[in-house]
Amino acid sequence: MFQIRRLAHPGLHSPIFGLMGEYIVGLKEFGQQMQEAAKHLPAGTYLDLKKFPLEGARTLDRYTYRIKLRGKYPQFVYWLAMPFFAPVPEEAHRFYSQSGMTEGKNLTLDWYPVGTGPYMLTVNDPNRMMVMERNPNFAGEPYPVDGETGDAEAGLLGDAGKPMPFIDKVIFSLEKESIPYWNKFLQGYYDFSGISSDTFDQVVQFTGAGDIALTEDIQKRGIALQTSVATSTMYMGFNMLDPVVGGRSERARKLRHAISVALDFEEMISIFRNGRGVAAQGPIPPGIFGYRDGREGMNSYVYDWVDGRPKRKPVAYAQQLLAEAGYPNGREASSGKPLVIYFDGTMVGAEGKSRADWLVKQFAKINLQLVVRSTDFNRFQEKVRKGTAQLFFFGWNADYPDPENFLFMFHGPQSRALKNGENAANYTNAEYDRLFERVRAMDNGRERQALIDRMIEILRFDAPWAWGLHPQDFTLAHAWVFNRKPNKMANNNLKYQRIDAHLREAMRAQWNSPVIWLLLAALAALVLALIPAVLSYRRRERAGGKLAAL
Amino acid sequence: MPEANWPPYRHMINYLIRRVLYAIPILLGVNVITFGLFFFVNTPDDMARMQLGQKRVTEESVRKWKEERGYDRPLFVNSTAQGIGKVTDTIFFTKSVKMFAFDFGRAEADGRDIGHEIRSRMWPSFAIALPVFVVGMLTYITLALLMAFFRGGYIDFAGVILCVVAMSISGLFYIIGGQYLISKLWNLVPISGYGEGLTAWKFLVLPVVIGIIAGVGASARWYRTIFLEEINRDYVRTARAKGLSELRVLFKHVLHNAMIPILTGAVVAIPLLFLGSLITESFFAIPGLGSYTIDAINNQDFAVVRAMVFLGSVLYIIGLILTDISYTIADPRVRLQ
Repeated sequence: MFQIRRLAHPGLHSPIFGLMGEYIVGLKEFGQQMQEAAKHLPAGTYLDLKKFPLEGARTLDRYTYRIKLRGKYPQFVYWLAMPFFAPVPEEAHRFYSQSGMTEGKNLTLDWYPVGTGPYMLTVNDPNRMMVMERNPNFAGEPYPVDGETGDAEAGLLGDAGKPMPFIDKVIFSLEKESIPYWNKFLQGYYDFSGISSDTFDQVVQFTGAGDIALTEDIQKRGIALQTSVATSTMYMGFNMLDPVVGGRSERARKLRHAISVALDFEEMISIFRNGRGVAAQGPIPPGIFGYRDGREGMNSYVYDWVDGRPKRKPVAYAQQLLAEAGYPNGREASSGKPLVIYFDGTMVGAEGKSRADWLVKQFAKINLQLVVRSTDFNRFQEKVRKGTAQLFFFGWNADYPDPENFLFMFHGPQSRALKNGENAANYTNAEYDRLFERVRAMDNGRERQALIDRMIEILRFDAPWAWGLHPQDFTLAHAWVFNRKPNKMANNNLKYQRIDAHLREAMRAQWNSPVIWLLLAALAALVLALIPAVLSYRRRERAGGKLAAL
Repeated sequence: MPEANWPPYRHMINYLIRRVLYAIPILLGVNVITFGLFFFVNTPDDMARMQLGQKRVTEESVRKWKEERGYDRPLFVNSTAQGIGKVTDTIFFTKSVKMFAFDFGRAEADGRDIGHEIRSRMWPSFAIALPVFVVGMLTYITLALLMAFFRGGYIDFAGVILCVVAMSISGLFYIIGGQYLISKLWNLVPISGYGEGLTAWKFLVLPVVIGIIAGVGASARWYRTIFLEEINRDYVRTARAKGLSELRVLFKHVLHNAMIPILTGAVVAIPLLFLGSLITESFFAIPGLGSYTIDAINNQDFAVVRAMVFLGSVLYIIGLILTDISYTIADPRVRLQ
């Protein structure tokens, strides 16, 4: 309960205070009281959060509390699982609030956290390493005995019922560069690794059937690959306030559809992500309620169902749509002028240039001229905020596994340019907004799915986004790592994992025995190279001595 | 006492006081330029949005962030204030004045004390930079003297070619190649990392060796040029005529007389050793100051950027003063007045 009060602390700037203030009864008023109280407190005085009443959060007994919400808000349980609601003891808050804790000492709660979990942070130097050690006061938790389909076959239930955590000490080291990081992983000094673009071809190969497999060299080391689609959506947004690509007129809609067909995201995934991604059919990524797979989940405005999978419609279809929109062959029918589209982004570096070139090529397929306006991150954000960007790339990572967390990005009252919300495309549709208001407060079920289907259909028809892609994460783990399962939402999966430390030591010793003779050979070569110099010096000295004697 | 009759130390103290006073307008100028450049690219609103995150940032939270950190004031001139307040009630004045007392304040990104961060991060940087500097200087000077000794011969010729080749290769190549060869193929030392106390040596060997090798081409060639200029002077001929060995001539007489140009380049770098090297620290995962500024620029953390630029300027000025002092030690004819 104390942590809920802390959300309103004027010095902490909790990013969810505004949102929670709308739902938790009395939190907004509590925050205002805190603001007022803080203004009148002398500098360095402790702001007692328990002095003021908070109607919406009450402790009933030692293990029970009650939070009172305004209206129905099913997503609230997900917020409770996030770090914002991690319990903070009042005495810890009071301790770190003392004057002089930060100045010159840097003693802060986020640096020296207090908690009750399976691990405690014993070294916290994010610039070098963070060490977590088994918490001797952890209440204890057994490894799950049930799992999802296939978990038992994958060996994930072998430790069922055993007390967690299994690992005594976990060390996170900061590696800023991918090359030393990768080499240390191959040496066995890191247990897990991602795959960078530089090393992708050394690690992964695609079979003739298009399946993913590890290369022979990596397999020999006993390294295993896990893949998972992230609960994220990367998209190209159309600014719906823009007079050319925006609005809900048929002309603008067909132009957006034509661009959506021409933008070959499958090719983009192949070129820029080494195939690590899934072309999106809508805003909701796989794994989130509301997502539909297969034919029923296909965006029929951009794809056809061919041979059991979606296939992007041909460029000729996009050109036809463009002509119907009043831009035959990429030119305005009335004036004959070429249609110029502007893309805003931060296309920096060699890859940014390649991406920009690729985009220009995509638009050129339907004879549209694309001008890439690359700028710095601040100006780009400002353009989107003011609604002056025409096309832009954005992404969204799920905060919690509920479709509302993706569908709200099309909610009219959350327009970025008009209301400073998360609807960056500034899309508005009365029917969609009405359905959203219903869906956000519903529990998962058939009725909710049906409404979501309708909302997705509206979005596909209006096309405020070109439905980009859902990134795919590839993770490698050594043979001595057990109980590892991808989970894109939970951050507390360390306690489930187990390491065979003996195997790790044996493999490290096998892979990394020092090659001393090469060093000795190099030193010998250096000495040999110096011999002529020494001989020459001695010869000169002798000659000099003789000259002096004469 | 007339100035002409002052003892030498008084001239030097007078000189040092003058140099320290000169440093104040220089530091002020550096601060103005840093401030101007930073806020030319970023606005206080940009900084607030960067620190508050990209999700669910309201205008109210941006306003509060700026208000609490004093970024709600005008940048250089406050037209709404009265009298001296027009200058003092500005972001520039409030953020700059404390730095002259070396109070760097807190970082915008995580609220941590910058002075504390600098004090803890400078030692890993120093742990690499100092041996690279000392061992490097000894190595480069020795190699340069050897090339000077064998001037015109095949050893000198081969040395110059190797130096030109070495200085033509990117420093990054030495790092990546060194890590691959010494750590991955030969498994002699860890590829990267850092340890406290005595455990640090095994992590420091590779960056130090690579740091020395990466600098050998340019430095040895530069020092060779200096020594060749000296080696034909009359006093060298006299020393040889006295029957001194060539090594003694080179390492005692030539080296001593070539100290002024060597000190010009070397002493000024000594205080900057604390600031570290971005690429080396990045590739070897050394938690030093090298990456602190770059991270701050990327995070739009103006508090850290201005503190590091200020610190760099102060250290550079100290280096220049030390260089001047070192001249008087190396050459008794030099007097600071």
